[in-house]
Amino acid sequence: MSEHGPLSLHVPEPEGRPGDKPDFGDVVIPAAGTVARPPVDVPPEEIRELAYTIIRVLNRHGEAVGPWAGLLPDGDALQGLRDMMKVRAFDARMLTAQRQGKTSFYMQCLGEEAIACAFQKALSPGDMNFPTYRQQGLLIAGGYPLVAMMNQIFSNEADPLTGRQLPVMYSARSHGFFSISGNLGTQYVQAVGWAMASAIKGDTRIAAGWIGDGATAESDFHAALVFASTYRAPVVLNIVNNQWAISTFQGIARGGAGTFAARGHGFGIPALRVDGNDYLAVHAVARWAIERARRNLGPTLVEYVTYRVAAHSTSDDPSAYRPKEESDAWPLGDPVERLKNYLIGRGVWSQDRHAQYAAEVESEVLAAQKEAERHGTLHSGGKPSMRAMFEGVYKEMPPHLVRQRRKAGV
Amino acid sequence: MARMSMIEAIRDAMTVAMTRDPGVVVFGEDVGYFGGVFRCTQGLQQKFGASRCFDTPISESGIVGTAIGMAAYGLRPCVEIQFADYVYPAYDQIVSEAARLRYRSNGDFTAPLTIRMPTGGGIFGGQTHSQSPEALFTHVAGLKTVVPSNPYDAKGLLIAAIEDDDPIIFLEPKRLYNGPFDGWHDRPVTPWSKHPLGEVPEGHFTVPLGKAIVRRPGAAVTVLAYGTMVHVAIAAAEATGIDAEVIDLRTLLPLDLETIEASVRRTGRCVVVHEATLTSGFGAELVALIQETCFYVLEAPIGRVAGWDTPYPHAQEWDYFPGPGRVGDALREAMAG
Repeated sequence: MSEHGPLSLHVPEPEGRPGDKPDFGDVVIPAAGTVARPPVDVPPEEIRELAYTIIRVLNRHGEAVGPWAGLLPDGDALQGLRDMMKVRAFDARMLTAQRQGKTSFYMQCLGEEAIACAFQKALSPGDMNFPTYRQQGLLIAGGYPLVAMMNQIFSNEADPLTGRQLPVMYSARSHGFFSISGNLGTQYVQAVGWAMASAIKGDTRIAAGWIGDGATAESDFHAALVFASTYRAPVVLNIVNNQWAISTFQGIARGGAGTFAARGHGFGIPALRVDGNDYLAVHAVARWAIERARRNLGPTLVEYVTYRVAAHSTSDDPSAYRPKEESDAWPLGDPVERLKNYLIGRGVWSQDRHAQYAAEVESEVLAAQKEAERHGTLHSGGKPSMRAMFEGVYKEMPPHLVRQRRKAGV
Repeated sequence: MARMSMIEAIRDAMTVAMTRDPGVVVFGEDVGYFGGVFRCTQGLQQKFGASRCFDTPISESGIVGTAIGMAAYGLRPCVEIQFADYVYPAYDQIVSEAARLRYRSNGDFTAPLTIRMPTGGGIFGGQTHSQSPEALFTHVAGLKTVVPSNPYDAKGLLIAAIEDDDPIIFLEPKRLYNGPFDGWHDRPVTPWSKHPLGEVPEGHFTVPLGKAIVRRPGAAVTVLAYGTMVHVAIAAAEATGIDAEVIDLRTLLPLDLETIEASVRRTGRCVVVHEATLTSGFGAELVALIQETCFYVLEAPIGRVAGWDTPYPHAQEWDYFPGPGRVGDALREAMAG
């Protein structure tokens, strides 16, 4: 026996489990407007503290304050609010559609709408997102047709992916949205490769990688960071820390590191932590990071601190692993409410207009759903052809697949 | 025509491809300044610049993952995995990403990339430098798998692979880099400079993917082989005096079943050989296909010669390697059947 006694294994546990009172006491939240905004060419070692704080713009009175404020005209902020409301209405409809058996599976981004919606607006045409399955806001804020998204979700005869991919795993090159794999972390390093290609070609496009808190534990996350660092790839590496990876709290993936953003330090990558429920803060930080990439200054790691209000997917039940009231106790509030209050304070929005737009967007989503359903839903109406199943495995169908297709009778 | 070793032919293929298409980029571990541990990329960085031929961190998933992103962008990466034995960290990127990108995005994005890797044994490399993992790739829908057996094919197939619009696994039998090793390990190996297949056209030419070739015509029994085993099979035919027809598959997937079927229909007998382990090896697929297409002309059970189902050993290299002795035994058995 060692003089220090037997060893014991440390297995981190979240602050609260079902039945417990939610406790976010360990989430240190600085007041809005208190974090400095460095120039984009700042050496990473001079801004290490930005990985441990939270950049916030909107304060609790709905005002935009501090050095990261004042960057977004009211018209753009209004559009941001509309985008987020559309995403929320879309999610609600699709959740219902899944419950009605119109599709097999759905994933909401409830509570996280600001991140994708605000980020998308900071990109330029030609840039490419490598999203996870919870960034539908990139498509909706980017103006991708709701009907096309629904056709994919319903795997119907008009599905752009001809029924081959699980619902919500969209692909839309025209809208800067890379095909979602569904595997975790694999696409982070592809974003770096895409950005390297732009640099090799001497183009001006940049890439954005997306990953969740849980998937940062994958080796591909670390491969992405080392390649991005080595070749100073023009890429923004986004980590959406929504506290929960299915039932696993973020502390399991984070381990002894103070924050996910701090992972960037070992790679010499500037790392910022931002209030993910603050549309203005997300947009300001996205612009900062995207400008760095565009100016050939290299990658930036951004951690969005947020909370996954909904279940992981329609196959998940969070009441089995976290306190029911935890979402209400989340100290960063709701992104839609916060931007709404800001715009009302600015005198460009009102409760009435908000209610009116909520009704409008509800009708828009419903109309899109009706149109999509004319092309079928998963188990009824028009379906992708069986022939389509055999196509597109290769550019040209090889002989063995031709034989198999014939055997299948198509 | 020029005289080339397989290393020179592979290097020449990349030189031709990089010259013709500025989108071709080459990278991997030790690939840039040094030119690769087998020297296949020697001089490419000096010729084409460091942004088109460069060293990478030791991260196979990073190499293939970034290559997929580049291919989706519109480049044609040709990356090197230092040994096929090291490809496993990249397996997820290859199987879940490169192979399926065209299919799952309905052609919205594609991954035209070539992944080169030295394969096979015969160099006392032990279990980390000798494996033949081809079956792990032929089992995956969306990949093409190529194994050249000589400098001529290596150059023509590699140019075809780089120009192809699908992801390609390009396995280079490392024991063939400098000469046509035929498995007689205690005899000197003729260098490629004295072998007709060391005569390689200069400039651009391709050997089409998916086409096998009869390497040694014969009437008694068909031998299906690829890579190093092509030369071993020829040596076995010569040692036994059996009039074997040796088919070099060259591309495992898509497979040239037509050439195989035509030969087996003529000979009525077949032996399948590979270095890789026996169970669930690519030979099992070949045997199944021959059984399906040629059952009624077969005069004997189809033979299989392969690596034993053990990890690749070190000291026992020549007990493990399926040399001409074992292939010869299989030929005799097929003839006796």
